[in-house]
Amino acid sequence: MSSVDGPRGDLLLPAGADWRRVSPRLVTARLLLLTVPLLVLVVALVVLAVTPPPVAVTVAVGVVGAIALVAAALALARNARSWAYAERDEDLLVSHGVMLRRLVVVPYGRMQLVDVHVGPVDRLLGIATVKLHTAAATTDAEIPGLPPEEAARLRDRLSERGEARLAGL
Amino acid sequence: MSSSTAQRGARRLHPLTPLVRGWKALAVLAAVGARQGLESAGRGEGFVPDAWIALLFVVVVLVLALGAGYMSWRFTGYTVDADTLRIDSGVLARRTRHVRLDRLQAVDVVRPMVARALGLAELRLDTAGSGDAKVPLAYLSEADAQALRAELLARAAGIDADTPEAPEQVLVEVPLADLVVSRLLTSTALLGILAVAAVVVAVVVAGEGGPLLVVAPGLVAALGPAVQQFLLNFGFTVADSPDGLRLRHGLLETRAHTVPPGRVQAVRIVEPWLWRRTRGWCHVQLNVAGTVGGRGRDGAQETVLLPVATRAQALAVLSRVLPGLDLDAIPLEPAPRAARWCDPWAWRCLGAGADERYFVSRHGRLVRETDVVPHERTQSVRLRQGPLQRRLGLASVHLDSTPGPIHPVVAHRAAAEAVLIVESQAERARHARATALPERWMTVRRDVARADAP
Repeated sequence: MSSVDGPRGDLLLPAGADWRRVSPRLVTARLLLLTVPLLVLVVALVVLAVTPPPVAVTVAVGVVGAIALVAAALALARNARSWAYAERDEDLLVSHGVMLRRLVVVPYGRMQLVDVHVGPVDRLLGIATVKLHTAAATTDAEIPGLPPEEAARLRDRLSERGEARLAGL
Repeated sequence: MSSSTAQRGARRLHPLTPLVRGWKALAVLAAVGARQGLESAGRGEGFVPDAWIALLFVVVVLVLALGAGYMSWRFTGYTVDADTLRIDSGVLARRTRHVRLDRLQAVDVVRPMVARALGLAELRLDTAGSGDAKVPLAYLSEADAQALRAELLARAAGIDADTPEAPEQVLVEVPLADLVVSRLLTSTALLGILAVAAVVVAVVVAGEGGPLLVVAPGLVAALGPAVQQFLLNFGFTVADSPDGLRLRHGLLETRAHTVPPGRVQAVRIVEPWLWRRTRGWCHVQLNVAGTVGGRGRDGAQETVLLPVATRAQALAVLSRVLPGLDLDAIPLEPAPRAARWCDPWAWRCLGAGADERYFVSRHGRLVRETDVVPHERTQSVRLRQGPLQRRLGLASVHLDSTPGPIHPVVAHRAAAEAVLIVESQAERARHARATALPERWMTVRRDVARADAP
């Protein structure tokens, strides 16, 4: 997990904060989401190849399906690589997204709950997700793809800073 | 384990409680029994053995239900100590609920239709702590309910338990005529009336009565929500008291609930075009911490501060809820011209600005909405930029608030300005949190009372 040096001059990654990226294994985790569509495409192609309709149809379906899958894989990979976070003195910044880009600023004093979430696929790949909750339902602050030690460290750090600055509701 | 809750000064709820709680089930049973009887009588067979058995069955079930209700009433009681309210309930599995009085924020009085007919009322205790549902105490006689409410609030504030209820000052009473006209001036109601008029004209012209039957359910559907809102908001009164803002409303079911100071997270003034043009009216909504807006009727109703009022009245009430708010004095920056590609209809009506205590954002062309958020109540701040916005160099800022109808958004600002808003809002919020009074306003009052005590 590398850190980003220097100001990027990017709207969604304001300068002056120590931005960190998440683990590249998140890319793998996201690409694994494509296994089901891939299987569906393969089955469809096999079925089409066996049945009477002309070869052209099978080839067309195959080409279109392949292009769609590759495009989806590229988009997922770019999205997974775009996650970044930074701990400042008073708040936490989380930035992600390629088409729809988002930056959320969560003050430590407003964090009510911090948890670490590890799904079965995440466990196999060795990553974890840290989820933050404030009193607002729309705070969608989560950081996926963190190595487990980093996730635990972040959770402890956030809880400790949150308690220190806890400011009621 | 004692079987009687009459010891240790425990008080009982009103004996008619099981009746009020179970009246719906009893009504269904009675209807079933009556239908059976009528059916047999209608068939001209008189009371056949089958009908007798059915009737017997209904009677037995009724007796059992009443018996269960009586037992449950007998084993329920509440006790008020110096710092807790204890509610014991349950016949087989005893359950005790403790409500800490120092965390008590407000006590609401709710009178559902049947309870009101019998002279009973329900208390709902609101304790500090986000997401806690209100603790109900149902049902007490009206006099007992008011006395208990005064006692609980007095104990929560640490003053003498016999202190009468704090005096209130009525700010706004929504006149009946205004409420009726405002319900009719909504688009659904007007469309419904127009449709009915059109059908009536068609009927008169064509000379056939058939279409009238078709249009009746349509009319009910169009006017139904308006009538329901009218019943809910009948006699809406807003009064200010040291406990907070007291809201009373309702016709069939009346409610009196209190919005404690410090619980208001965001306020929205809504001015629909029709109301703006004709009478200069608006209505005001709230985000209140601790209520989930939309969770059943209770949640939905607690987000209304004023169902209809003139703008001046609304601002007067808001200056009590959000002290120091001078809405018209806060300059609102409009959106840049590039925003017209993102929101061609309403981009001109976008505006946002802030002063030292409040952040204001305005949007909407037909229905103009002005959102006000105190800085110390901002939860988190989000910046969003879609692909079109990136092409135009714009971004939107969302200020997150507790669950409720209000989601303040500053839409389509120049990118640099958006980042500036995010940073400055984070800074203002931090500063405001550091200097804010404690949310538990009761503790302030209690400390003052203790300091004054000899």
